[in-house]
Amino acid sequence: MCLSIPGKITEVYEDGSLIMGKVDFGGVLKEVCLDYVPEAQTGQYVLIHVGFAISVLDEDEAMARMDLLREIESFEEELNPDEIR
Amino acid sequence: MKYVDEYRDPAQVKSLLEEIAKIVSRPWTLMEICGGQTHAFLHHGLDDMLPGEIELVHGPGCPVCVTPLEQIDRALAIAARPEVIFTSYGDMLRVPGSTVDLFNVRAKGGDVRVVYSPLESLKIAQANPDKQVVFFAIGFETTAPANAMAVLQAQKQNIKNFSVVVSHVCVPPAMEAILSSKHNRVQAYLAAGHVCAVMGYHEYPPIAEKYKVPIVVTGFEPVDLLRGVLTAIKQLEAGKAEVENAYERAVTLEGNLPAQKVINTVLQPVDRKWRGIGMIPKSGWGLRPEFESFDAETRFSVGEIVTQESPLCIAGEILQGIQKPPQCSAFGKECTPSTPLGAPMVSAEGACSAYYRYHREAVFHER
Amino acid sequence: MKDEFDFEGYTCPVPIKPNDTVVLGHGSGGRLSHDLINRLFLPELGKAAPRALDDSAIVNINGQRLALTTDSHVVSPLFFPGGDIGRLAICGTVNDLAMVGAKPIALTCGFVIEEGLSFEILQRVVQSMRDSAAEAGVYIAAGDTKVVQKGGADKLFINTAGIGFVESTINISGANARVDDVIIISGTLGDHGIAVMSAREGLNFETDLKSDVAPLNHLIAAMIQAGEIHVLRDPTRGGLATTLNEIAIQSNLTVELQETALPVKPQVHAACEMLGFDPLYVANEGKLVAFVKAEDAEKILSVMHQTRYGEEAVIIGKVVQTKNPHVRLRTAIGGTRLIDMLPGEMLPRIC
Repeated sequence: MCLSIPGKITEVYEDGSLIMGKVDFGGVLKEVCLDYVPEAQTGQYVLIHVGFAISVLDEDEAMARMDLLREIESFEEELNPDEIR
Repeated sequence: MKYVDEYRDPAQVKSLLEEIAKIVSRPWTLMEICGGQTHAFLHHGLDDMLPGEIELVHGPGCPVCVTPLEQIDRALAIAARPEVIFTSYGDMLRVPGSTVDLFNVRAKGGDVRVVYSPLESLKIAQANPDKQVVFFAIGFETTAPANAMAVLQAQKQNIKNFSVVVSHVCVPPAMEAILSSKHNRVQAYLAAGHVCAVMGYHEYPPIAEKYKVPIVVTGFEPVDLLRGVLTAIKQLEAGKAEVENAYERAVTLEGNLPAQKVINTVLQPVDRKWRGIGMIPKSGWGLRPEFESFDAETRFSVGEIVTQESPLCIAGEILQGIQKPPQCSAFGKECTPSTPLGAPMVSAEGACSAYYRYHREAVFHER
Repeated sequence: MKDEFDFEGYTCPVPIKPNDTVVLGHGSGGRLSHDLINRLFLPELGKAAPRALDDSAIVNINGQRLALTTDSHVVSPLFFPGGDIGRLAICGTVNDLAMVGAKPIALTCGFVIEEGLSFEILQRVVQSMRDSAAEAGVYIAAGDTKVVQKGGADKLFINTAGIGFVESTINISGANARVDDVIIISGTLGDHGIAVMSAREGLNFETDLKSDVAPLNHLIAAMIQAGEIHVLRDPTRGGLATTLNEIAIQSNLTVELQETALPVKPQVHAACEMLGFDPLYVANEGKLVAFVKAEDAEKILSVMHQTRYGEEAVIIGKVVQTKNPHVRLRTAIGGTRLIDMLPGEMLPRIC
């Protein structure tokens, strides 16, 4: 359920009582509601579902996990270099 | 796209698959709750790449699939009214009611419009003050904050010609219902990452403990999905049944508190019937009494609609993971995405539709 | 929650009767369009020859082979980034002729105009048709105008029909694919569909993407000189996925694509992720897919690269033999999935 994709906030503004903003999905700009992520700032990545940001992506967590995964990868390469590619 | 492309990296997929293969020692049955994850597994061809010991069964996490027939019939009756502009997410248009779908309603003159966001429905209501604008508010916890916000804004801005047909469902009660069934085969859950982005995962430890199943919060890209599988298999092999988060970048324990606050302001838990499964207590959300005036079903008094479901299709068993789509005798014959017999064939993320689109050849070979 | 949940007795929805009404999906170019053609048009009007499903018919008149086709154009909005209904109407028919290997000669055009349309808009459309026809090297030989009441049409519909010559040596058809054929696409997928959607009311997204609408007859003329071509198609409505399924059925063979080889612009990729679309199903108006003899593929490709509308041409897959004809994709991560026709109307989804 729930198609939700990450985009980068390029603009934050108020529209009536709602915090709105523009989000860049790799070359496509869309207006979204940022009311559920009031702490989010320009430059941060948010998950968007039906025009609403539901989560600010945690860059540190993402980087840490990626590093861990890369470690597994290079470890496996050392173990059996022939099998990889 | 950042946060998408790097999670589709073939080298990482390969090393995760090897890691899973290394630790799995016997057959395990995992259920991915969310239809979006079913779709992703099949879209990337990932299900076939998993070790043979691991069987994925596909859960009921498709709001389009589980919206009951009579609810759809009531929505269709409202959509057909001349004074109504009926707005809906695109997914809902193809879902058949007893005799027609929203496409047919539109073809016969109904004003049915697809919106990307419920706030667009509000704009349509403001632009058409002489019309009644109705929004079909379906979805799981992920979609509830958006739909609830539309109602809250309508109240704040005093938009009187806006109302909603609410058919919201919640994941944890369905997870529990599946585990408590005597036919249950699920040994571990991949929990729906985007539902958890909104709700957190503090509701899950009692379920994991009571039914002794690992529950792993899982994302939607190949690397995320495999991390979910790996985490679950590690627990199963070690005899553990804990709740773990494998979608750390998007999900926290407590979830999105501002979103939960608006949900609780506008909506309250109700018993809800799931299409293909049946009534599950406190498994949905309805409007709170303060927002009753925005309920399209009372505003347009469509009356009691009784529907007759057919015994032909086995959607109930599919949605609980007891049977797989190819095991249905109608699959790919009477039942295709253009002529769906059951809801799981309708939605892009329904298990039957996903199988039909991505795996038909394998099925034909089997036959 | 009770301890034992009882699922007994729950069943699933009633089968819905086949459509007795035409719905928008019947015009989407996908499976519903095929059903309509096979259920109604072919039995009543056509002798069901494989040619009937190609982009143009070829008729023999006194030993001269003439290609003949017609196409009606409806698009909202009339003007979109990179094009307009006028350019679409000319290119659509020119391309349909060119896809059977014909040299397009002349077109007719029929206008259905909703009263209230401004002369200024109509003039801009007609000027665009003039320019596109000049680019393609065709002339407009005849025309017709009908005006309908307000609400009887959406601003402006244009039908064009066209004829072209087909050399006696040419034999290009969706039924001609052969095992080991190499499959070439002339450029990026989905530019037209996403550009039009970005301009459409309701979806509201901004991008610098432009429609690819263009006449492909000069490109095809160059390709035919360069090597042996078995199949040519323009993957318009229904996208590449639907077109390849048509070819697989017509030729009774299987098409195998490489996901990593599919050219998709970042904006199209992003818009598709956002709306829940697959670029394989999004419309193109200035792209062709060619099935060519494997030995000639590199030569044809290098000729394409020297033309304006073939600069980004790439090889995306090949033809293989299997028990049942189908289209399949090797995914970027090494899996396989089946590619079906577009089932009906393409709609943004939340799931």
